[in-house]
Amino acid sequence: MITKRIIPCLDVRQGRVVKGVNFEGIADVSSPVELAKVYSENGADELVFYDITASFEERKLFTDILCEVARTIFIPLTVGGGINTVEDFDRVLKCGADKVSVNSGAIKNPKLIYEAAKLYGDQCVVISADVKRVDGVFRVFSKGGRENTGMEAVEWIKHCCDMGAGEVVLNSIDTDGVKQGFDLEMLEAVSNAVSVPVIASGGAGGINDFVTLFKTLPKVDAGLAASIFHFGEVAIGDLKKELAKNNIPVRI
Amino acid sequence: MIAILDYGVGNLFSLQSSFAAVGADVKVTKDKDEIKKADKLILPGVGAFEDAAAKLKESGLDEVLKNEAKKGKPVMGICLGMQLLFDKSFEYGEHEGLGLIKGEIRPITDVIPKELKVPHIGWNALHFGKNKHPLFKYLKEGDFAYFVHSYYGADCDESVIATAEYGAELTAAVADKNVCGCQFHPEKSGEVGLKILKAFCEMEADLV
Repeated sequence: MITKRIIPCLDVRQGRVVKGVNFEGIADVSSPVELAKVYSENGADELVFYDITASFEERKLFTDILCEVARTIFIPLTVGGGINTVEDFDRVLKCGADKVSVNSGAIKNPKLIYEAAKLYGDQCVVISADVKRVDGVFRVFSKGGRENTGMEAVEWIKHCCDMGAGEVVLNSIDTDGVKQGFDLEMLEAVSNAVSVPVIASGGAGGINDFVTLFKTLPKVDAGLAASIFHFGEVAIGDLKKELAKNNIPVRI
Repeated sequence: MIAILDYGVGNLFSLQSSFAAVGADVKVTKDKDEIKKADKLILPGVGAFEDAAAKLKESGLDEVLKNEAKKGKPVMGICLGMQLLFDKSFEYGEHEGLGLIKGEIRPITDVIPKELKVPHIGWNALHFGKNKHPLFKYLKEGDFAYFVHSYYGADCDESVIATAEYGAELTAAVADKNVCGCQFHPEKSGEVGLKILKAFCEMEADLV
């Protein structure tokens, strides 16, 4: 039976993992390579690397680190951040990424998903959407959640899947950082509309939020989180044990 | 030396790194002499069957691979590489494969319930049946491997050495003497995957 995936997300800037990291027994807690190793050894099903670099030099450092991670870790790697062209896909795939997630890049250039899917296959292209309620309507935001595009989110995500996106990361701006649980209403709307895997992001505050997510919405395939894992609030092993206890299939 | 056949399909970085991680002497190559000299061959592959089969043929490596396999050299196909070992595929039409494994590649939608998502993507448990193949000697029943595929090996009962359950029993791995293949990605299946690659490196005597 296919299992629900638990995916830690690492924001990387200047070659370091951003957001506080609090692990005991690791010498260099903000080294992406060290952290990736810890997650991989502790049951992460996949890793997402988010490139939040600002300059060309930093970008080169990011790709070097990605290569290093791919040499060390043998689970699927997804890379996002700053993906605007097919050349960007090429750059990170050559470093050993398995999937590439696009966000603002797909909003700016609607053909990007189609072109990338044709070249690398649907399974390689992930649409990552930052979504927020505005007057009761789910709207797509760009530029890291700063700009309302005015597009209705479910329609936009569906369109991206029709263009060839093979997976959806739905990040609710409304629940992000609040740690009160995933945005079940938004996730339900999206997972009812698409036939590709949906990854929940934004709002995980503890183990119970994942249990609630998968029990309430069996259609959701994976849960993604950053800070609760980095801060050591939740150990992936404990989380998976609790999911298994609740009859949710996980890889242990 | 283990040769990973480079015929212009996909990224071989992870595959090469994972073999290196189990201590194998591994090389990505399209050089025919080097492939002939290698002790074992890996046929990788991602993307569509037709395109990959055409590129393999164009490179001329299809004949080299077939000859070496017939001589008894251990060969492992991975993901689409496994599918290419079959007689033919029905992915967007009907296309001829290498004919090293008896059977056909068909869409998983033929056998899985409609409500399940396609592709079959994620970690799924491996089931080995009664006689565990040497490739899995370091694994236990139910160990997890990482899958990404929309087509599967059909009509290959004699060669199936592992299955995975996804609304139906899907072919997860096949073997016929010295030729074997995995539908999942050992190079993305963590420790379990590395154990399979290690077993393949040690397999010679077991297989032939």
